[in-house]
Amino acid sequence: MSIIRVELPQHLRTLAGASGEVELEIAGPVSVRSVLDALESRFPTLKGTIRDQHTLERRAFLRFFACEEDWSHELPEKPLPEAIASGTEPLLIIGAIAGG
Amino acid sequence: MSGVRVLVGTRKGAFILTSDGKRDKWEVSGPHFAGWEIYHMKGSPVNPDRIYASQTSGWFGQVMQRSNDGGKTWEPVGNKFAYEGETGTHQWYDGTPHPWEFKRVWHLEPSLTDAETVLAGAEDAALFKSTDGGANWAELSGLRKHGTGPKWQPGAGGMCLHTVILDPTDPNRIYIAISAAGAFRSDDGGQSWKPINQGLHSQYIPDPNAEVGHCVHHVAMHPSRPGTLFMQKHWDVMRSDNAGDNWTEVSGNLPTDFGFVIDIHAHQPETIYVAPIKSDSEHFPLDGALRIYRSKTGGNEWEPLTKGLPQKDCYVNVLRDAMAVDSLDKCGIYFGTTGGQVYASSNEGESWEPIVRDLPAVLSVEVQTLA
Repeated sequence: MSIIRVELPQHLRTLAGASGEVELEIAGPVSVRSVLDALESRFPTLKGTIRDQHTLERRAFLRFFACEEDWSHELPEKPLPEAIASGTEPLLIIGAIAGG
Repeated sequence: MSGVRVLVGTRKGAFILTSDGKRDKWEVSGPHFAGWEIYHMKGSPVNPDRIYASQTSGWFGQVMQRSNDGGKTWEPVGNKFAYEGETGTHQWYDGTPHPWEFKRVWHLEPSLTDAETVLAGAEDAALFKSTDGGANWAELSGLRKHGTGPKWQPGAGGMCLHTVILDPTDPNRIYIAISAAGAFRSDDGGQSWKPINQGLHSQYIPDPNAEVGHCVHHVAMHPSRPGTLFMQKHWDVMRSDNAGDNWTEVSGNLPTDFGFVIDIHAHQPETIYVAPIKSDSEHFPLDGALRIYRSKTGGNEWEPLTKGLPQKDCYVNVLRDAMAVDSLDKCGIYFGTTGGQVYASSNEGESWEPIVRDLPAVLSVEVQTLA
């Protein structure tokens, strides 16, 4: 069991009723997919806001960053770096700086 | 004592304006859901404290909210909108086939008899229904699978199902309207649908009298006359006296018959209101003067209502779901603008005042008359 950290955009923290970073317990490999599965399981109101509920594709204006690297285009099941899996570094979910 | 609650959806959040029955002092609550687009909010006629809200974002997609205390607190409910079966295609702007893709909910229409039941009009055009207070949604797919679906095209704002009207005398009769497909009616509770666009004439489409393809902007019905409908089409104000089977133009002496909103006086079913807008690309009031036009004869003969509205240097728009009425005596009329003003008249439109004036661009206005 891993305890990992996730940093959400402010609007999603508000929607989820979470303050600050979110800590999640993950059994098995730590990947973007398993992190999002655990996140949506704990905060069901986030379903559909980060990835499509049907296709599970990332929403276009969101990106995933791990250890200062963009993981948005990696396969969702690819294991995240050890620093994320150990909780040393948070997985960042970031909204595009765009729009009006 | 009676009161009024005005539900205002804007580009950057929801606002709730309340007043007692005098309608001269208003309290503003909000922003709720700050930073999100609130396309529409509407309360249940059965339980006015049950309000549904459509919360959307280009970043985070669709969220649905409901309140059980008149908008003081909210809880997110279900946001899974799945088209039923084969998705199929509609026409893209260039006429090529384009698959249906869910984008957002434009309009919410709570049931007239059950606070837990609500319909949602979506982009790309489809009608969804929840019978558990918004927790789960199922498509009434007979509409999208109606044979003309592949001919529907998006308007400039997207292919949105923006109008849903329930007949208070016939629980099986539903009217909807889509930009740019037209108006449709179901007589079996939403299972099957027929286009009701006969008499519409749209010179900007290949066949101006086509069965579908008309850019209907909004439709209104008075509950005492469910067979009579009034429509603001892209251009032309229309009426039907046979439940949409045939339409006749009633634009009459309007200075421009382009516009988005249309609504009906709460106690006078032949008194209707529109907000004429200059088109095709400007989409602001003629001559910079914001005028609501009223007809007391069900159309054709119109009078401008200007007292209290800016008559120079005004270049706002009034969007399709941004006008509503209360049912007090005298009837109150309310509309919101893309400049962030919500204007109200407590005397049937004779005079107006802004009850709030610096909100984000207003997308929708609904009014609840409270006992």
